[in-house]
Amino acid sequence: MAASYSSREQFEVYRFSWITAILVPLMALLLQAYLPLRLPFFDLFDLPLLVTIYFAVSRRKPVTGMLTGCIIGLIQDSLTHRPLGLYGMAKTVVGYAASSLGLRIDVDNPGSRLLMGFAFYIVHQLIYFAVARGLAIQSLTWRWGHELIAAVANALLAVLLFAVLDKFRQRT
Amino acid sequence: MENIIKRHWNLSILALVLVAQLMALAYQVRKPTEHGSVRLIRLWAVSAITPFEKGFVHSVDGVANGWHNYVYLRNVRRQNDQLRDEIQRLRLEQVRLTQDANQAWRLQSLLGFKEQYISETMAAQVISSTGSEFTRGIYIDKGSRDGIKRDMPVITADGIVGKVYSVFPSSSLVLEINDPTSGAGVILEKSRLQGILKGDQKGTGETYVSNIMADERIEPGDVVLTSGGDRVFPKGLPVGTVAKVLSGQESFLNIRVKPAARLDRLEEVLVITKIVEKAPDANEAAAGPIRAIDILAQRLPTVEPPKPGEKSAPPPTMAELAVRERAAKKAVQQNAAGFNAPAEGNPAESKAAAPATPGSKPAVNPATPEKPKLNTGPPENPAKEPPR
Repeated sequence: MAASYSSREQFEVYRFSWITAILVPLMALLLQAYLPLRLPFFDLFDLPLLVTIYFAVSRRKPVTGMLTGCIIGLIQDSLTHRPLGLYGMAKTVVGYAASSLGLRIDVDNPGSRLLMGFAFYIVHQLIYFAVARGLAIQSLTWRWGHELIAAVANALLAVLLFAVLDKFRQRT
Repeated sequence: MENIIKRHWNLSILALVLVAQLMALAYQVRKPTEHGSVRLIRLWAVSAITPFEKGFVHSVDGVANGWHNYVYLRNVRRQNDQLRDEIQRLRLEQVRLTQDANQAWRLQSLLGFKEQYISETMAAQVISSTGSEFTRGIYIDKGSRDGIKRDMPVITADGIVGKVYSVFPSSSLVLEINDPTSGAGVILEKSRLQGILKGDQKGTGETYVSNIMADERIEPGDVVLTSGGDRVFPKGLPVGTVAKVLSGQESFLNIRVKPAARLDRLEEVLVITKIVEKAPDANEAAAGPIRAIDILAQRLPTVEPPKPGEKSAPPPTMAELAVRERAAKKAVQQNAAGFNAPAEGNPAESKAAAPATPGSKPAVNPATPEKPKLNTGPPENPAKEPPR
């Protein structure tokens, strides 16, 4: 059964089945929790963020995008020992921004996906860092070098992942 | 007002969602609690995710075990030969270390030291990480149903891992020692300097002991153990080794510690579910509870249990105890002065312990192993299995 998610009509309009809408974020959360145990470098990636971006830009509905980001972020928060809302807020904003961007530019192009992955990763990390330090009084140190490398890695993964996820979307 | 909201409907929803999360965040920061509504959200999320993680881990492990145990057996015969040689060498070393440990226990009991012993442990499988680069934690497949409680220490055979932070019905979150918010009381084995081991604030996964006086002599490779001062980890568990000594603020040093346990490759861990604190008894030194350090380092020997005659011997009189105490103190003073004189109480024991004294040559040098004699055999009492 297909969900009623659709985009404004100046760009391609996509929707996802409920199974995809639930299983893909769940798999992203599972893999994000499991893979760093076997591949320590996988800490660098943020699969739930990439899935949030993908669903947001494909659906092109800001409210849906932000709610998707909010739910994924809160689940991610609840798996850590830090206060709930750090990932929640960061992914809410990214979800909103990504879906708003999806209304304006073509997000099916690999080049734009690369840039989008890079920029949204930095935005996400900045929001997380600001909220964690400023509001939740968590002791964190920003590392520009690390974050830039991680942003590039996530952008590259985004291009591959989005291409795979394209198989699951349906035109309205 | 209504028009503004309608005109900026999406932004209004965004503001609403963010404000709701901000308020929830403020509530958590003001009143940090493991219970209540926040706890419920975590419980739901973890309970929903954990069964999938367990299934995933068990499936992957099943396939990997099948491959490694039944298919990929290349070089196994050669490894077997190497391991047999290693066992022979370690048996020789075990004899020497056992005698050293025996003497240390007797001296400790005479001097009335209190030690913490690991009484019960529980093996647990690591099923996932927290999935965040800002935190260092793992989930294990044991929870409150299995008797796990908050703040229980978690270790591996190599060293400490962390402590239980949150307990759920069938799983628990373990905060690793390299998390920026964690802390463990440690002591440097050689210099006896104490400090607090903390995770790097940058989230690099490295661990540091900060604010050590700069006039202390610390070298890379020095062994770091738990001090027991944090009331979480029993004293004497291996933590790691000094990797680098860095200059800190003013006249203090920061020490980067390389954890003994492979924190990035954890598969199975031991949760210490019960710790008892007591003064060691010379008579039950070998047969009684196992010391924390022994249960951990399964490669190290445990002390041979006393012979039947010794165990049934009558308790010493006050006069005998006084004589023993004097002898023990004298032995300690002689050891400190670097002499190699036999203790008064039992010359045979002193002789056995002689290689441990400074300046004397050990029976077997582990760094340059000799070809073991085949007729040496294992010690009469093999190492005791740790309780599970």
